[in-house]
Amino acid sequence: MAVTAQKIRHEYLRHNKKFPHVWCPGCGNGIVMAALLRAIYRMEISKDDVVLASGIGCSGRMPTYLDFNTLHTTHGRALTFATGVKLAKPDLNVVAIMGDGDATAIGGNHFIHAARRNLNLTAIIINNSIYGMTGGQYSPTTPFGSTSTTSVYGHIEHDFSIAELAVTAGASFVARATVYHGELMDRLIEQAMRKRGFAVVEVISNCHVQYGRRNKLGGAVDMLTSFKENSITVSKAEKLSPEELEGKTTIGVLTDREMPISTEEYKKVRERASKTKGKI
Amino acid sequence: MFNQENKRLLLQGNEAIAYGALAAGCRFFAGYPITPATEISEMLATMLPQVGGTFVQMEDEIASMGAIIGASLAGEKTMTATSGPGFSLMQENLGYACIAEVPCVVVNVMRGGPSTGLPTCPSQGDVQMARWGTHGDHPIIVMAVSSVSDSFSITIKAFNLSEQYRVPVVLLSDEVVAHTRECVQLPDQKSIRVVDRIRPSVPPDWYKPYEGDNRGVPHMAAFGDGYRHHVTGLVHDEYGFPTQKPNEVQQFQNRLTKKITRGFSEIMMTKGFMLEDAEIAVIAYGSVARSALKAVEDARKQGVKVGLLQLITLFPFPRSHVSPLLEQCRAVLVPEMNMGQISREVQRVNQNKCVVAKHNRIDGQFITPNEIYAQLIKL
Ligand SMILES: Cc1ncc(C[n+]2csc(CCOP(=O)(O)OP(=O)(O)O)c2C)c(N)n1
Ligand code: SF4
Ligand SMILES: [Mg+2]
Repeated sequence: MAVTAQKIRHEYLRHNKKFPHVWCPGCGNGIVMAALLRAIYRMEISKDDVVLASGIGCSGRMPTYLDFNTLHTTHGRALTFATGVKLAKPDLNVVAIMGDGDATAIGGNHFIHAARRNLNLTAIIINNSIYGMTGGQYSPTTPFGSTSTTSVYGHIEHDFSIAELAVTAGASFVARATVYHGELMDRLIEQAMRKRGFAVVEVISNCHVQYGRRNKLGGAVDMLTSFKENSITVSKAEKLSPEELEGKTTIGVLTDREMPISTEEYKKVRERASKTKGKI
Repeated sequence: MFNQENKRLLLQGNEAIAYGALAAGCRFFAGYPITPATEISEMLATMLPQVGGTFVQMEDEIASMGAIIGASLAGEKTMTATSGPGFSLMQENLGYACIAEVPCVVVNVMRGGPSTGLPTCPSQGDVQMARWGTHGDHPIIVMAVSSVSDSFSITIKAFNLSEQYRVPVVLLSDEVVAHTRECVQLPDQKSIRVVDRIRPSVPPDWYKPYEGDNRGVPHMAAFGDGYRHHVTGLVHDEYGFPTQKPNEVQQFQNRLTKKITRGFSEIMMTKGFMLEDAEIAVIAYGSVARSALKAVEDARKQGVKVGLLQLITLFPFPRSHVSPLLEQCRAVLVPEMNMGQISREVQRVNQNKCVVAKHNRIDGQFITPNEIYAQLIKL
């Protein structure tokens, strides 16, 4: 394992990018990055064939450090850029990394439409329940009643379940893990990347600095421990009542279904169109 | 390429833009429907797949702009088309295309504004927005079409400049040009000058994605071509990585500005009509330039020494074409379907050399030759 880890670091971290990175010590973003790299390593995809697009936020900084074709876009728009890349070069493996605010507030419309459009893309959403980068304002996944710098008297809105949102919006594959479940996460990311269709992996992560501290959830280790304790697998969750599931995070594969992929369908469109050339 | 080639066609301005895009090598279009630009999307939805290209209708104009940037980074020539409200939504990602130097063409078929405004009426109200709509100092090229045949040929020029300078080009049309049908003869594809971005010739290990060449323009590798690199909307160094070091920031900003100023003579395009002995000149662009030409012809018949300078490039403002005219003439007239967005540029160049008269209309009606004529003979 240690040897592999070293190999992965050497292979995929950019040598010409001066570290240190921007993340706080203990931040879950690094765990997600490592899981993504393990998945890519196992799949033996050439680095030249991977495009990693991100939005803006702490999570959005990930591509900077990685030796792929990397695209740090605007806040919330990673999937729109990724859509352009994928449609132009369908053979590339395109992965979008987004934060919870990125993907479901400012980018919420793009997210549901990407799920509906069903390109062969992978979306990884690092859900830390807060706007980390801007200093701890509430996001669409900040729980009711918790505090943030813009809900100092307690949050009065309700949170999205990102994975369930993706299922409803029509994604082909939807899974969830937490940063405690590192190995499950890399397996799910691998499955998502292998999936032909729009595939979503929501990762519950810790922002102990901007969210944990204000809500007295302890440091990084405490938050990871609570992720471990509060998680339940999809198969176990199926046997429980909604009351018993209250406060639990279901992890594993929520949806895996076959649907026509629009990149493939567009090839057929081109065939149909070429027959009409000159007629329309 | 298309078998319409070399035929006389009865086209709308919008359709001619679509043909021009294809002739320029555009193979990717993303858009969101809006009057009076929709026909461009509809044409390209039909024609792009016929030539192996891609059309996608996105969920909004923000997404359309993102998609054309992504596709351009993957190596395609790309375009979107919209009108005022959509153009407003595109501004953030348009700035991204400026800073990351992503070639693309953004068509704005202007209608009356602000807001939903006058959806089916012509306007030239977005001229300054096209130049300054996205935040921050930035280089950008803005061009205007005045007829159906312009819509074809200037669209090609817009793509060429965009590729050559790695800068987004905003192509302004207006509702009159967009929906006027005229007979045009499309030239043979072989006779059309098509420019492509320069790809890196060095091995991938030596590639610095944001190092300008002798023109200040970096060579552009497509994603997937083996030149792995980083693209960001943050200010970046020659390797594409974010920097806040004042000297690197300054160097970067200088290059962005200078790559355009160095190209001034090529970028600034105008057309002169009867200017040789003119004592009065009309400076106009878009559909108004056509009314102006008719007014100038009529005035000439009455013995008035008047000419027309049609602006094709609006920004960078063609100062070197306008300035001599201001020396030569005793008065210029700038008719526009806005409150004076180009006349103020003319005035900046003028510095009291001659009289700059304006004629403005923002009631949703286009400016007729008679109106311009009436103003002209007063000067
Ligand atoms: C259009 C726009 N609005 C606001 C911002 C400021 N902004 C930067 S990051 C961010 C929130 C990031 O939160 P999230 O997406 O959850 O990512 P995290 O930092 O938590 O990883 C905001 C609001 C911006 N960059 N662009
Ligand atoms: S602010 Fe939060 S999300 Fe951002 S790097 Fe620090 S711990 Fe991570
Ligand atoms: Mg967040």
